[in-house]
Amino acid sequence: MGKRIVFGVAAVLLVVAAAYANFFVAPTERTMGLIQRIFYFHAATAWAGETTLFVCFVANLLYIWKRNPKYDWLGVTCAEVGLVCITVVLITGPIWAHPVWGIWWTWDARLTSTFVLWLLYISYLLLRSLIEEPDRRALLSALFGVFAFLDVPLVFFSIRWWRTQHPAPVIMGGSGSGLDPTMNRVFFFNVFVMHLFAAFLIVERYILEKMRHDVDLLQREAEAQ
Amino acid sequence: MALLSNTATLLAKELRTEFRSRELLTTTVVFILVVLILFSFAISPTTEESREFGPGLLWLAILFAASLMLQPCFLREQANDTLSSLRLAVSDPFAIFLAKLIANTLFLLVTEILMLPLFAAFYNIPVLPQLHYLLLVLFLGSLGVSIAGTALSAISAQARMRELLLPLLLLPLLTPVLVVSATVSVSLLDREPVVQWKGIAFLAIFDFIFLTALWLFGEYLLEE
Repeated sequence: MGKRIVFGVAAVLLVVAAAYANFFVAPTERTMGLIQRIFYFHAATAWAGETTLFVCFVANLLYIWKRNPKYDWLGVTCAEVGLVCITVVLITGPIWAHPVWGIWWTWDARLTSTFVLWLLYISYLLLRSLIEEPDRRALLSALFGVFAFLDVPLVFFSIRWWRTQHPAPVIMGGSGSGLDPTMNRVFFFNVFVMHLFAAFLIVERYILEKMRHDVDLLQREAEAQ
Repeated sequence: MALLSNTATLLAKELRTEFRSRELLTTTVVFILVVLILFSFAISPTTEESREFGPGLLWLAILFAASLMLQPCFLREQANDTLSSLRLAVSDPFAIFLAKLIANTLFLLVTEILMLPLFAAFYNIPVLPQLHYLLLVLFLGSLGVSIAGTALSAISAQARMRELLLPLLLLPLLTPVLVVSATVSVSLLDREPVVQWKGIAFLAIFDFIFLTALWLFGEYLLEE
């Protein structure tokens, strides 16, 4: 318990520190001005979300292979945390885009594939809520998770090659290309902090899922008697 | 070889079941027709606009129709309690999927071929000059829809609210198929037709990836 509290407090403090760095340490971008500061938070959360969903994919594969309920718990945990990150990305993106591009949304490859990714993991959680039996739920959602993850690069490239009318936004062309050294440091600090914060959420949510499973088991035992 | 002969037997069974009632084909044809007419009411396109948007609408109608048509695929086996006997009858459960997805592709293709003249007439788009390429795109697209759809209908058949669930699982997954086949069809039906081989190759790659995934994971989809 103690370790978890320390971890949680550290994660939250680091998020505050990252916010401070975004507002006061990083220099103001020349053309976009203040609004560009949302970039550190936006892109770092996107990276953390993508990492989390990749862990979800690995957990899904491991569940299919090993059939250990732990991987199922990890799968649903990562899907939820990843979905939260992607939601944040989809909200912070338009806040940034509107003053800079003049529009809230464009059907660009990156935006669209993030949105489809979001839809796919909503479906994943929806599917889980519609299957009662735990083993079947675990297996079928793991299988859907694998199909969904395989789809993501296909969505990205299909839109990139056939639907993107404008060149991709310049700011993120290549990881940190053309970024000022201070901006670069702030950005990677944010990436680290967001990963840590996602890890904290994953640990907490995983423990919750495990407790749910235990309660379920006890309830069944009680009913059987 | 056992896989092929099993698949052939099961495919014959699927086709026989369908052609005895023709339920799926009739309803799908009518559904696509209704959707195409409604689309045209909703946007009332000019000739130029229908060239630009028509193929996309056609593909959207196909996707919607497929997400309904693929429902009974495993549901029927479940309702008649025939899934376990099917599993026992074949050595490799992939044969069940292969037979079903070939049958679904054929059903989709038949409906599309029946719909194509009506589509051409309603939207004023001549389809004959590029028909062979168009059929290739329709085939590869429908194959992709059927592969993903057959796999997901095995999943949705085991859940509650399955009628709503299948479109929700399937349609986002089919985004790449929709994007690419609509674009390739638009450039095929243009006044100066272009064959986008890159798009056709992309559709083939989509089919290949999902077929491989189904081959690898199919047996788990049918676990009791």
